[in-house]
Amino acid sequence: MASYDKRFSGRKFDDMREIEAKVGIIKRADGSALFKIGDTIAIAAVYGPRELHPRFLQNPETGILRCNYDMTSFSVPERKRPGPNRRGVEISLVTEKALLPVMELKQFANSVVDVFIEIVQANAGTRCAGISAAALALAHAGIPMKDLVAAISVGKVGGKVLIDLDKEEEDVEDATDIPIAMTGRKNEITLLQLDGNLTKKELVEAMKLAKQGCEKINKIQQKALKDAYKSEVE
Amino acid sequence: MTKLLVKEHEIVVPGQELAEGMDFLPSIGTYRDQDNIVSSKLGIISVNKNIIKVIPLTGRYIPKIDDVVIGRVVEIGFYGWSVDIGSAYPATLSIRDTTEFIDKGENLTKYYDYGDTIAAGVVRVARYNSIDITTKGPGLRKLIGGKVIEVTPSKVPRLIGKQGSMISMIKDASGCNILVGQNGRVWIKGTSLEKENLVTNTIMKIEQESHIDGLTDKIKNLLEKENKNGKL
Amino acid sequence: MNNEYILSLIQQDKRVDERKFDEYRKIIIETNVSKNAEGSARCKIGDTEVIVGVKMNVGEPYPDSPDEGTIIVTAELSPIASPLFELGPPGSQATELARIVDRGIRESKAIDFKKLCVKEGEKIWMVFIDIYPLNDDGNLIDASVLATLTALKHAKFPKIENDKVLFGECSDKKLPLNKTPVTFTFGKIGDKILLDLNSKEESVIDSRLSVSVFEGNIHAMQKGGDKAISPEDVEKMVDIAIKKEKELRSMIK
Repeated sequence: MASYDKRFSGRKFDDMREIEAKVGIIKRADGSALFKIGDTIAIAAVYGPRELHPRFLQNPETGILRCNYDMTSFSVPERKRPGPNRRGVEISLVTEKALLPVMELKQFANSVVDVFIEIVQANAGTRCAGISAAALALAHAGIPMKDLVAAISVGKVGGKVLIDLDKEEEDVEDATDIPIAMTGRKNEITLLQLDGNLTKKELVEAMKLAKQGCEKINKIQQKALKDAYKSEVE
Repeated sequence: MTKLLVKEHEIVVPGQELAEGMDFLPSIGTYRDQDNIVSSKLGIISVNKNIIKVIPLTGRYIPKIDDVVIGRVVEIGFYGWSVDIGSAYPATLSIRDTTEFIDKGENLTKYYDYGDTIAAGVVRVARYNSIDITTKGPGLRKLIGGKVIEVTPSKVPRLIGKQGSMISMIKDASGCNILVGQNGRVWIKGTSLEKENLVTNTIMKIEQESHIDGLTDKIKNLLEKENKNGKL
Repeated sequence: MNNEYILSLIQQDKRVDERKFDEYRKIIIETNVSKNAEGSARCKIGDTEVIVGVKMNVGEPYPDSPDEGTIIVTAELSPIASPLFELGPPGSQATELARIVDRGIRESKAIDFKKLCVKEGEKIWMVFIDIYPLNDDGNLIDASVLATLTALKHAKFPKIENDKVLFGECSDKKLPLNKTPVTFTFGKIGDKILLDLNSKEESVIDSRLSVSVFEGNIHAMQKGGDKAISPEDVEKMVDIAIKKEKELRSMIK
């Protein structure tokens, strides 16, 4: 592609898509949240701390965090067979690593905090939406956390560094996709993956964009948590 | 420079800065990060002199010594019972901690059977998965009949009220037997379904509005109205 | 919690949430909840929530029915919806749920499979119906059926070009759904018969019967549970199903 002067969606290069966040959407879970960004919708449910089976997984020094990422078969244009696949297994792992640095699980010896993420509609940025939803669900479940975690994709399309790639942009040849997760208070990176081709200068620019985006998401997450209880005050 | 960044009763979230400076002390739901005190929970600020607490709005029960809890027998062994009290692992009630005198080798189901509801006290918390409870103590016993409902454990203090004022009000108005466990389980036994449901609905309301001022009066009015309507 | 409490109430002809024995909890159905699906819907019955997506693709017909398309129904009981669900391939509960939904549609001929033919003997439409409960508070079956029928009712064929499906592009042609047979799932507790059991009630049932009806005709049935039921019980349940059919069907927009 020649040069990407205007984004397909008309957005500015540092504009994320519209975001919606809500907690408490799954009644049976200990904590739950919905995170929607553009046309990507992620739902997360947290169960725990609870008994951990099989026993050999138990850690007497601390509770463990266990994440499972799944996409519904109809979340994507070409049906995905229900059930786990290798991509899901990898994303489950990086999601867990994205959240673990802020979790305080030492008091829950031999137990597990289970996080289940379901993508019900996909338009790129699914693992990031999943992480943002999961962090909300964990806070909603009352699991002690040093901080919240927000995640967003940045990247390069048609030579331009930008934030929050949608599917159309992701599919462009030679597009570079960089999912990043950052903690809310200290802006430390807990998820970083890169697919593509970037100079260091471009990477620095991309990370700056990611920081701005994650800060905005963090504010939205805070509001979602507070709003859930504020409405009872009114 | 010492500064409090939040107000009493304010709702805060994990990662939110609560105070700057070394004069404040972090208590439950908070932690210190160098000069700052930060929240680790979704909850409500409570400041007492220079101690900052975040009272969690959500979360499963975390057992503490001397808590009175309501549990359900899930397993029976040779020397005692496993009792589900709502934490990740069941608590252990051993035969030497029962109010009844039980000999080794006796049939334990005689005393507490599978599915029985009991009121017990937490005597030891060695680790999160090693909790010992007892039925020796005033009011601790097998609970017969009635029903058990669950509220968020962090709402229990509000439900009980200052020196039991809130829960006494509900008991008096409904004539029901009510026992509130620190683990968020509440045992209700009344003489009619309507009375038990009134208690249930009142408790649910308290759970939802636990952090609002003036709740006690609101509940008092509600109960008086139900009385007038002849529901009781 | 207390099973004895629920049982004692039921013996007194009462339910914990004060519903009548043949009363459903509040039902809310939304359409088009997932854009990449050819059809989708979410159904809430009380706190139970199920989301269903319909996806279509072309494939080869079975040799014994060269001019007929197919439906393939799958249910995924994700642990998101209940602490009692585990990760893994569909177990017996998920499989039974999928097959009950399948039979309700298939046996009533709600979809004319011949209308799913693209080229006889060569190409037919396969309609994938995927059921994902999001919160299990009992009666996943009826919620799944309502969501499935709604999703099918609003489903449109994807565009086809040179015998290849253009995924992501929908045509204006609607999926030919000519019937909406609803399912009533009854639970028998002692000698009492209840409809729309929540998860606490489900844990104390002796037996269960799901009945799929359309305009007075019974198209499918499935008995579950560990105890037996009598023919009189079955008749009672069928009568209730036929009586309430219109009311339940009217919830499908």
